[in-house]
Amino acid sequence: MSIHATKELQAYWKENLLIIVIHLAIWFFVSFFCGIMIADQLDAYMIGGFPLGFWFANQGSIVIFVILITSYVMLMNKLDKKYDVHEG
Amino acid sequence: MSILAWTWILTGLSFALYIYIAYATRAKSTGDFYAAEQAVPPILNGMAIGADWMSAASFISMAGLISFLGRDGSFYLMGWTGGYVLLAMLFAPYLRKYGKFTIPQFMADRYYSNSIRVLSLLCAIFVSFTYVAGQMRGVGVVFSRFMGVGINTGVIIGMALVFFYATLGGMKGITYTQVAQYVVLIIAYLIPAIFISMQFTGNPIPQLGMGSTISAEGAARLNDATTQGKYLLDVLNTIQKDLGLAAYTSGQRPRIDVWFITMSLMIGTAGLPHILVRFFTVPKIRDARSSVGWALLFIALLYTTAPAIAVFARTNFVKSIHNVKYVDAPSWFKNWEKTGLVKFVDKNNDGVMTIAKGAWDKPDSKNEVKIDQDIMVLANPEIAKLPNWVVGLIGAGGLAAALSTAAGLLLVISAAISHDLMKGIITPDMSESAELWWARAAAGVAVVIAGLFGIYPPGFVAQVVAFAFGLAAASFFPCILMGVFNKKANKEGAMAGMFVGIIFVAAYISYFKFVNPAANNKDGWWFGISPEGIGTVGAVLNFITMWIVGKFTPEPPQEIQDLVGSLRYPGKAAPPSSAGH
Repeated sequence: MSIHATKELQAYWKENLLIIVIHLAIWFFVSFFCGIMIADQLDAYMIGGFPLGFWFANQGSIVIFVILITSYVMLMNKLDKKYDVHEG
Repeated sequence: MSILAWTWILTGLSFALYIYIAYATRAKSTGDFYAAEQAVPPILNGMAIGADWMSAASFISMAGLISFLGRDGSFYLMGWTGGYVLLAMLFAPYLRKYGKFTIPQFMADRYYSNSIRVLSLLCAIFVSFTYVAGQMRGVGVVFSRFMGVGINTGVIIGMALVFFYATLGGMKGITYTQVAQYVVLIIAYLIPAIFISMQFTGNPIPQLGMGSTISAEGAARLNDATTQGKYLLDVLNTIQKDLGLAAYTSGQRPRIDVWFITMSLMIGTAGLPHILVRFFTVPKIRDARSSVGWALLFIALLYTTAPAIAVFARTNFVKSIHNVKYVDAPSWFKNWEKTGLVKFVDKNNDGVMTIAKGAWDKPDSKNEVKIDQDIMVLANPEIAKLPNWVVGLIGAGGLAAALSTAAGLLLVISAAISHDLMKGIITPDMSESAELWWARAAAGVAVVIAGLFGIYPPGFVAQVVAFAFGLAAASFFPCILMGVFNKKANKEGAMAGMFVGIIFVAAYISYFKFVNPAANNKDGWWFGISPEGIGTVGAVLNFITMWIVGKFTPEPPQEIQDLVGSLRYPGKAAPPSSAGH
C-alpha cells in the first residue's frame, strides 16, 4: 500500500476519534451533568409539568442517547464513503 | 373470559410461536450456533438485543423500584441505556471487524495469551450464571402469580422451552425467537401504559402524559376533584409530602453515589458478554453500528415508559388505599393480598389503611400497608380497571422478557465451554461437528443448572447482581477498550489490570454484602460509594494498572499491532505495519 493510502487511513481514524469525542461529551453532559450533578438547580425550570433536572434524569437523557447514536451512525457512514473504506 | 383464561391463551399462543420459530431457524453449523452465520439484519438484531437486554427484572420490577426511588431511580434508567452509546462508538464496529465468535476469543487474540482466555471465560461464565439465576426464578414467579401453578412447575416449563430452542437453534434460533419475544413484551408493557395515560391525562403517549395535567376523568378516578387541571407530578409531590415523604421529583441519595452507580451500570452494560457477542451476528460493520441504534431505540421505548408507569401507578395506588377503610378496599387489593405482595396490618385498630414513612412491619412507624415493588407493574392494569385481556398480556410479556434474557445468557455460557475451553484450549483439533455437539451439550447442562438455581434460589441472588455489573465494568470494559484504542496495550498489562479490577470489586462487594453487612450504609462506604457503584472505581484501577504495567513490560508483537490497526478500518483496507499508532 502506498504512503498516500496510509496517510488517508490515519486521517480517517483521526476524524473517527473526533466524532466519538464530540458525541461522548454530549453523552456525559446530558446524563452525568444535567441529570445528576446540577439536577437540583435545573429543577427550578419547568418544561410542561416536568422539573427540568428530573426530566433529564428520567426521560431526556435516554431520548438524547438515541439521537446521539443515530447521528454517529450517519456521520460514520458518510466518513466511510469519504475515505472509500465502506463495505461493498 | 376470566383473567386466568386470557393469560393461558396468550401465553400458550406465544410459546407455540417461539417453538415454531426455533424449529424453522435451527442451527446447522458452529457459525450458525455462535453467530447466526453473520446474516441477521440490523433491525432484527436490534430487537433481539432489546429482548436479550430487558430481563424479568426490567419488565416486572423496574417501574416499581423507580416509584419508590423517585428521581434517584434514574440511575437504573440512564445506567441501563447510556451503555449503548459506549457500545455503538467504542466497541460494536471494531468487534464486528474482528469477526470471530466469542469475547474470550477476542481477548486471547488481542492479548496473545491463552491465560487471559481462561480468565475471560471464567469471568463470562460467572457473570452470566449470576444473571441467569434471577431469570429462571422470574419465569417461575410469573407462572405462579398469573396461572396458579407452583413456582417450581413454572421453572420446569420454562426450562423445557429454553432447553428446546437454545440447544436446537443456538444463536440463530435464539435471535429470531428473541425478535418475537421483543414484540410480545413491548406490546404487553405499552398497552396498559397507554390506557392509563389516556384515563388520567387524555394523552395517549405515557412519556408525555406523565408531564401533563390531570383530566376530569382522571380526577374522578382518583376520587379527588381538586386534582383536575393540575400537573400530575405536582399532585404526586403533594401526596408524598402529605404522607411525610420527600417530593417525588427530588433526589435523596448523595449525588456522588448516584453518579458512580450510573457510571458503573453504563460501563458494566458495555462489558456484558451476552450483549457484546451480538455484534458478531450482523453482515457488515455499518450494520453493527446501526444495530446498536435500533437496539437502544427499542429499549428506550420501555425505559421511557417505565418512569411514566411509576408515576401513574404510585399516584393511583396511594389515592385508592391511603385513608380508606379496609372493608371498602378495592377488590384488586384483596386479590393481591393472597400473593403476599400487598398486606394491611391494622396497627392502631381503626380499620383504616394508613400509608406513611417507614416499614409496615416495624412498630415505630405509622405505616400499615406493605407494598411490594412488583405490584406496580403486575397489578397496574387491574388497579386501572383495564379489560381482562390486557391483564392477561402482562403474564405473556413477563415470560417473554425472562425467557429471552435467559436464552442469550445460556448461549454465552455454552460458547465459553465449547468454543473457548474445549476447542480453544483443551482439544484444538476437534472437528466442527464435535464442537457443535459440545456447544449443544453445554447449553443443555447450563439450562439445567440455571433451572436448579430457579428452584432452589441461593439466598444471595439479589446481592450478587451488583457483582455481574461490577465485574463486567472492572474486567472486560477496560481491556476491550484499550485493546481497540491503544495498539501498545500488552498482555502483561491486561492480565494485571483484570486481576486488580476483579479482586478489588469482589473484595469490596463481599465485604459489605457478606462479611460486614452492618457497615453497608453511606457512612461505612469509601467516599460514600455503594457496592453497586464500585465497578466504576474497579474500572479506573484496571486502566491505571494496565498503563503502569504496560510501561515496564515489552510492547505487543508487530502482528498484534497490525491486527489492532486493521480493526479500525471497515472494508478490505488494512494499514501496513508502518502506520504508527
